[in-house]
Amino acid sequence: MINKKIDFLSGDEALARGAWEAGVKVAASYPGTPATEILEYMARFKEVDGQWSVNEKVAFEVALGASIAGLRSLYASKHVGLNVAMDPLMTSAYTGINAGFVIVSADDPGLHSSQNEQDNRLLAKMAKVPLLEPSSPSEALAFAKLGFDISEKFDIPLMIRLTTRIAHSKEDVLTGKRKAVRPRPFKPDIAKYVMVPGNAYRRHLDLEKRLVKLKAYSEASPLNRIELGNKKIGFITSSASYLYAKEMYPDASFLKLGMTNPFPDKKALEFSSKVKELFVIEKLDPYIEEHLMMLGIKFKARHPSFRIGELRPEYLPYIIEGEEKIEDVSGIRKPVLCPGCPHQPVFQVLKRLGLVVTGDIGCYTLGALPPLEALHTCICMGSGITLFEGFKKALGRNVVGVIGDSTFIHTGIPGLINLSYNKTKGVILILDNSTTAMTGGQAHPGTGITLKGEPTRKLVLEDVCRVCGAENVDAIDPFKVKELEELIKRRLSEEKLSVIIARHPCRLLEKRSAK
Amino acid sequence: MKGPVNVLFCGRGGQGVLTASEVVGWAAIYTRLHVKKSEVHGMAQRGGSVESHLRFGKEVVSPLIPKGRADHLVPFDAEEGKRLSSFLKPGGNDLLPYLKRAEMHLPDKKCLNIYMLGALSRSLPLKADVWTAAIKKVIPEKYLAQNLEAFKLGREEKI
Repeated sequence: MINKKIDFLSGDEALARGAWEAGVKVAASYPGTPATEILEYMARFKEVDGQWSVNEKVAFEVALGASIAGLRSLYASKHVGLNVAMDPLMTSAYTGINAGFVIVSADDPGLHSSQNEQDNRLLAKMAKVPLLEPSSPSEALAFAKLGFDISEKFDIPLMIRLTTRIAHSKEDVLTGKRKAVRPRPFKPDIAKYVMVPGNAYRRHLDLEKRLVKLKAYSEASPLNRIELGNKKIGFITSSASYLYAKEMYPDASFLKLGMTNPFPDKKALEFSSKVKELFVIEKLDPYIEEHLMMLGIKFKARHPSFRIGELRPEYLPYIIEGEEKIEDVSGIRKPVLCPGCPHQPVFQVLKRLGLVVTGDIGCYTLGALPPLEALHTCICMGSGITLFEGFKKALGRNVVGVIGDSTFIHTGIPGLINLSYNKTKGVILILDNSTTAMTGGQAHPGTGITLKGEPTRKLVLEDVCRVCGAENVDAIDPFKVKELEELIKRRLSEEKLSVIIARHPCRLLEKRSAK
Repeated sequence: MKGPVNVLFCGRGGQGVLTASEVVGWAAIYTRLHVKKSEVHGMAQRGGSVESHLRFGKEVVSPLIPKGRADHLVPFDAEEGKRLSSFLKPGGNDLLPYLKRAEMHLPDKKCLNIYMLGALSRSLPLKADVWTAAIKKVIPEKYLAQNLEAFKLGREEKI
């Protein structure tokens, strides 16, 4: 076959490849497992203006802006990353787009590397955007290509939901050529793109009309297909769950859903009338189940224990029998801070000083594990600083906040300004290992390097902290343990807002640059 | 070949679990078979448990091997192998003895993963030249010589 080539790609890589083949011009993201590899793979394509953005809200708006102005664009993040971009997401379906705009949410059932396991299918529904759910890397590629066309045809951002098992599974994938896509002209259209109440009301009316058309598309599309086999047992399923059911019950009948918002009601009704016993196989929330209940379709529901964690093929017989999920996680080794990690001495000092520590998202969250047990909160990006402010109000002096360098830039900065503005005193530690370490060492503004490895203006954390209102800003190598301890004690004794930057590059970065 | 061949690799972060599995994936692709490989990244460098499911054949459906259906279990760490032994089908091929043999016979312990692959390769329906091509595809040039040597050592190991 000419122009077709077999490659061995993960779901993330295949999705990036599909977007490239669809002629994507702008791609923006912030690193987060399991979505990180989408932009890492995209970086190789010179035709694509790809970036690590400061955070997901920024990434979403950069991509949306490029789409409105006429370029096919992609946003990608992990599930909780999309929370940070909720604000633009919720209004973007109203405005619609110009050139195709695809939003990728990589969910993490089983919390392999996340603080929760929210099901972002519900976000697609809430945001009123069409939702595609590939079940494999090959489908990730195909759906990404199709996604841009659907987005343009219906003037709406389109969401593709991956899960960890798809994002990080690889298979042989047939790749193709890049489509030549011309930029679309941008015509100012205030009624469409300026969401003041009157305009937004009219766009909401228009949005509901677009959703009706999208529903007809979903009903007719081969993305949602009926595979009739043995009619005694039928499965309605999507995503990798489809493959698990097919593996265990290859002869059964299936309604395989590739597009789950808007939902293909007629196909579901038709399928349910053809099979004797009907089961819904899905991960996490009862998204499909609740929709079938609304349609009055009778099916055998999973035990509620299956709303939690991952699904595996061997669990299928338990679902059929209506039994509880039994997950054996005994003996799994948990990750720990690497030997020689620069975060270790910091937590040793904080523990020795008996401090309460509000933490954040990153490798340093592992400071909460035994034997250190020196980090006491972890909620979301940026909260190391803002929870600190709340803690101070209750506990007074013996509290510090910690946050990583990439996380500080992501959403920590407003919290620091808030401390200063609201006259809060105390000590914030920025654990600066000069990379986004937990996700594998991605660049950020403080590194002075872009996604594509090009040098750029470096953000100096000391300068940022000073202009945000920190009265003392110290930078220290955390391996100078005695000095670090003295410094923390001194700053704690003062009635000042202090930031201590504990700076030492990540050991894995050092290893990599030595290679 | 009836169903797919199922290989479960396991070990700890940093032991080359994902690399070994990647080599088999390419060897299967060079043999014009379908292949699926499933694992979870992110924790791999921090000492956590790492497993990679690798399935190849004329048709592969699930990316995960159902429990009790692995044909081969390739542990790079004895405890991890023990933890996942229930994935092996009755009478399946557990390569644990080779792990013990490697402690004595393998000069460069960094190549343990490729040595184990060598041992595994004898039981898989893939040809020798395909293995060499796959190793060359996955392993960086500067580490190639010692890894090809380790593969040969594993392939010729007799137990």
